[in-house]
Amino acid sequence: MIAFPSLAPVLPELLVLGAALVMLMYGVFRGAAGERAVTWLAGIAMAAALVAVIAAPGDSRATFEGLFVSDAFSRFMKALVLIGAILTLIMAQGFRERERMMHFEYPVLITFATLGMLMMVSADDLMALYLGLELQSLPLYVIAAFKRDQERSTEAGLKYFILGALSSGLLLYGCSLIYGFTGTTGFAGIAERLAADGAGIGVIVGMVFLSAGLAFKVSAVPFHMWTPDVYEGAPTPVAAFFAAAPKIAAVALFLRVLVDPFGDMVDQWRQVIVFIAIASMVLGAFAAIYQTNIKRLMAYSSIGNIGYALVGLAAGTEQGVQGVIIYMTIYLAMTAGAFACILAMRHRGQMVEGISDLAGLARTHPPLALAFGILMFSLAGIPPLAGFFGKLYVFLAAVEAGLYTLAVIGLLTSVVGAFYYVRIVKLMYFDEPGEPFDHPIGGELTLVVVVTSLFVLLFFVYPMPVVAGAAGAAAALFP
Amino acid sequence: MYTACVFLPLLAAIIAGFFGRLIGDRGSQWVTCGALVLSAAIGLVICYQVAIQGQVVDITLFTWVSSGTLEFAWALHFDTLTAVMVFVVTVVSAVVHVYSVGYMGHDPHIPRFMAYLSLFTFSMLMLVTADNFIQLYFGWEGVGLCSYLLIGFWYTRPSANAAAIKAFLVNRIGDFGFALGIFAIFLVFQAVDYETVFAMAPDIAGQSLEFLGAEVDTLTLICLLLFIGAMGKSAQIGLHTWLPDAMEGPTPVSALIHAATMVTAGVFMVARCSPLFELSETALVVVTVVGASTAFMAATIGLVQNDIKRVIAYSTCSQLGYMFFACGVSAYGAGIFHLMTHGFFKALLFLGAGCVIHAMSDEQDMRKMGGIWRMIPATYALMWIGSLALAGLPPFAGFFSKDIILESAYAAHSGAGGYAFWLGVAAAAMTGFYSWRLLFMTFHGPARADEKVMAHVHESPKIMILPLLVLAAGSVFAGWLGYGLAAGDGAFWAGSITVLPEHTALADAHHVPLWVKALPTVLGLGGIALAYWLYIRAPEMAARLAESLRALYLFIFNKWYFDELYDRIFVEPAKRLGHGLWKVGDGDLIDGVGPDGIAAAVLILSRRASRLQSGYVYHYAFAMLIGVAFLVSWYMFGAGG
Repeated sequence: MIAFPSLAPVLPELLVLGAALVMLMYGVFRGAAGERAVTWLAGIAMAAALVAVIAAPGDSRATFEGLFVSDAFSRFMKALVLIGAILTLIMAQGFRERERMMHFEYPVLITFATLGMLMMVSADDLMALYLGLELQSLPLYVIAAFKRDQERSTEAGLKYFILGALSSGLLLYGCSLIYGFTGTTGFAGIAERLAADGAGIGVIVGMVFLSAGLAFKVSAVPFHMWTPDVYEGAPTPVAAFFAAAPKIAAVALFLRVLVDPFGDMVDQWRQVIVFIAIASMVLGAFAAIYQTNIKRLMAYSSIGNIGYALVGLAAGTEQGVQGVIIYMTIYLAMTAGAFACILAMRHRGQMVEGISDLAGLARTHPPLALAFGILMFSLAGIPPLAGFFGKLYVFLAAVEAGLYTLAVIGLLTSVVGAFYYVRIVKLMYFDEPGEPFDHPIGGELTLVVVVTSLFVLLFFVYPMPVVAGAAGAAAALFP
Repeated sequence: MYTACVFLPLLAAIIAGFFGRLIGDRGSQWVTCGALVLSAAIGLVICYQVAIQGQVVDITLFTWVSSGTLEFAWALHFDTLTAVMVFVVTVVSAVVHVYSVGYMGHDPHIPRFMAYLSLFTFSMLMLVTADNFIQLYFGWEGVGLCSYLLIGFWYTRPSANAAAIKAFLVNRIGDFGFALGIFAIFLVFQAVDYETVFAMAPDIAGQSLEFLGAEVDTLTLICLLLFIGAMGKSAQIGLHTWLPDAMEGPTPVSALIHAATMVTAGVFMVARCSPLFELSETALVVVTVVGASTAFMAATIGLVQNDIKRVIAYSTCSQLGYMFFACGVSAYGAGIFHLMTHGFFKALLFLGAGCVIHAMSDEQDMRKMGGIWRMIPATYALMWIGSLALAGLPPFAGFFSKDIILESAYAAHSGAGGYAFWLGVAAAAMTGFYSWRLLFMTFHGPARADEKVMAHVHESPKIMILPLLVLAAGSVFAGWLGYGLAAGDGAFWAGSITVLPEHTALADAHHVPLWVKALPTVLGLGGIALAYWLYIRAPEMAARLAESLRALYLFIFNKWYFDELYDRIFVEPAKRLGHGLWKVGDGDLIDGVGPDGIAAAVLILSRRASRLQSGYVYHYAFAMLIGVAFLVSWYMFGAGG
């Protein structure tokens, strides 16, 4: 007889789940007329979950027979996921109204996906991991193809689905290998067995497959191929959502899996991580140069950024994990801000996506150009903007761990990367303006742009909350 | 008071240079001219007290460097030699300053010009008052710098910039030798102050030193290295090419720097180092030969030049040669005496030429002058005085100083002395010729300028003519006033110049045969007569002569092809080397592999990287599987351990 599990640690998830079910029912019965209410409800539910996450007690609590854990790490990452989801939901509003995407399913799917992410972050067992991952992925496949009357969008959704299925297969195969060689699926149990017996080749291969599946989710090279196509094809707010929340959840999962159950195998998995980190940074930097579409550019940018985050993971130390968390926090702000700016690129109601369309923005729309410029400089890693500190923490951790080559390659690729970020600034400030974008850009976009660019600009003034929070979160992974 | 004499020009230069905008053109003129006139007045007093009354004054300002055995101070050392130089420098400089007020009256950069002039004067005074070689070098480089700044004063003219750079570079070659000489002095003597070095010199004589793998006499080496410096600064044969080009500078600059003061620094330095030169027979011979050759070569070139300033420039070059071979035959006193008289009449000639150029609306080509002597009588008279002094006709200054030099050379009774004497006499004849050629072409004959210029011909303002009277007085009287002192038995120099007892050329000079004394004057007059005949009586003869002696004429006219030779040997290869290093070394190698190469590689890489993105799902899936396969094999085959 199993005792009824404690539900206190899953309060945020329950809030989101309940809201998602209510929204679904409400939407079905009210039809299109209920869309606005559903969106509001989604926002409120996620905000409530955010409050619940922040207000939750600080110690580590497990429930569901150890499948689910709530600790400082999961809380910090959940907060990031929820903030990302809320920001992208806000940003999407105007776009959806204009582009006739006012279907109530959109917020419902977003909410379910967010629920999956929250579960991923808290997963403490291979089964829970897979459950969360799939719950996250399935709604994402659908919303990638949300504009189903549009070829590009459906193509993106289909590609994402097929490749996602493949990656799920890889991941599951890895899980089964690990289970087969350790006899357990619980993270704590795996760690115990590995400490006792050492890591056999079977477990290592399982770990490689598992890492491959997770690398797909964070879009690290060579499992990144879907990213540019999906970002370009999917509706822009969806791309923004893809770039923000799921990346954070997947990175969180990556961190927990490698540090928690495979903590003793750091020497083995470090090689995988170093390889994909270098490959991601190099490809992210070089491939972006030739892009003419700003969304594709952002896709390569996110690939490169994941590479930098993985540099911190490669260090395999508490400091490294702290660096990754800080990096992801800053990345969230920069990405959300950049996509908000991209959403403001409209000529007479039509979205444009060419990088060259930004020419002369500083003259036609100075505040937007300023904000975009700040975000681009931050992505390029120019001090004193936040992006610089993100890179600083991960590179510092890598250097402390003795990974000099990795740190140097990271620095070199960030020089290459600076080229295309700063070229956008040059386009906006020094080129002849073309047709001006529509004024005004909309209240919700203004809000997101202002908040994120202020965060990026003023991070260095008071970085303590993020840095200390990240330190606490990292400490939770290294008991 | 002695300190004030040296530092007043510096003060004026700082005020005019940095606050010229504040005090305006008029203000800077007043400040600099005031300082210089005061300085010149003190210079006269110094000359009287030190040279006539025989006080030697030493003022130590403060320690400059004290590092191990290397120790020297900023110090002012006034002995007779210095006093004479201070006198020449301050007086000529003051005259030039005042003259510049008129000559440069319409220039937009008056404060800068006046500041440079004053700074130059300060540097020159530092040079002559130094009591150690390092301070000498400081002044030496200071005048070099000012010379560069002043030649290139009209920096919008490409030719002026080229001339300034040329002067600087050619001087660098000399300075390099000079610096090596100072290093050698420190190496040998472990000191750089004159007193110690000169006192120890007799002990060093005869020792040898390894230099560039060869065993050489220590003092000869030092003297020759120092003399290379002197050759650069004093435009002796081989390193003389910068001086004529330096005429690109404003005329007062030519008068001050390239006639009366800076170019004489080399002569001064050789005289100053007479305790060293006296001990090296070889060095003295070299000095004599180089000086005599320069005197002759420059005089020949002067015969055929058409630019009024270039004629005078080559004449300067030639006269410097006289001074050097005077030093070479141990007649240092005569050399310095000629330096002083030359300072007066050459400055007079240059400033007179400046008046002519001023009158002719900035025309410098003598072929476009002529027939203006009635229009500018004062200038004409002054130019006559200068030319008479230059040609060495009695009783003008040049007569005394040039004759004593030539007589000393004759009296040296050595091979080098004879060489110097005959070349010197030939140069004297040519001096007479080119001086009067200049006078005749400029002032006489038919007017060859166009009517517009002729209508504008006018006498220069008083501020330009009055200073010239001072120089004219010097040109007339300096000779017989100074003859007894400077060229006498050496008591006048009171130890500031050392001559070995066996070097008696100067004393013997008073006992040479009459023909030796008369020859230069007679030949000078002959030169004048020839010039009269060729340019007044039979003007067409000059051209016919040039035609019949075409090869010789071209050789001389093209300045013995020195510039072409140097272009071929040094400038062109250096340019080619520089061009090669620029195109291949920097452009292809450093840029090509570095910035450009990396940028190109980045572009190629990024094109390839974006081509990876084919759009086909099976390509993507393939990449994923290959990735997994690679990672698994990495572990399977033990590489990852």
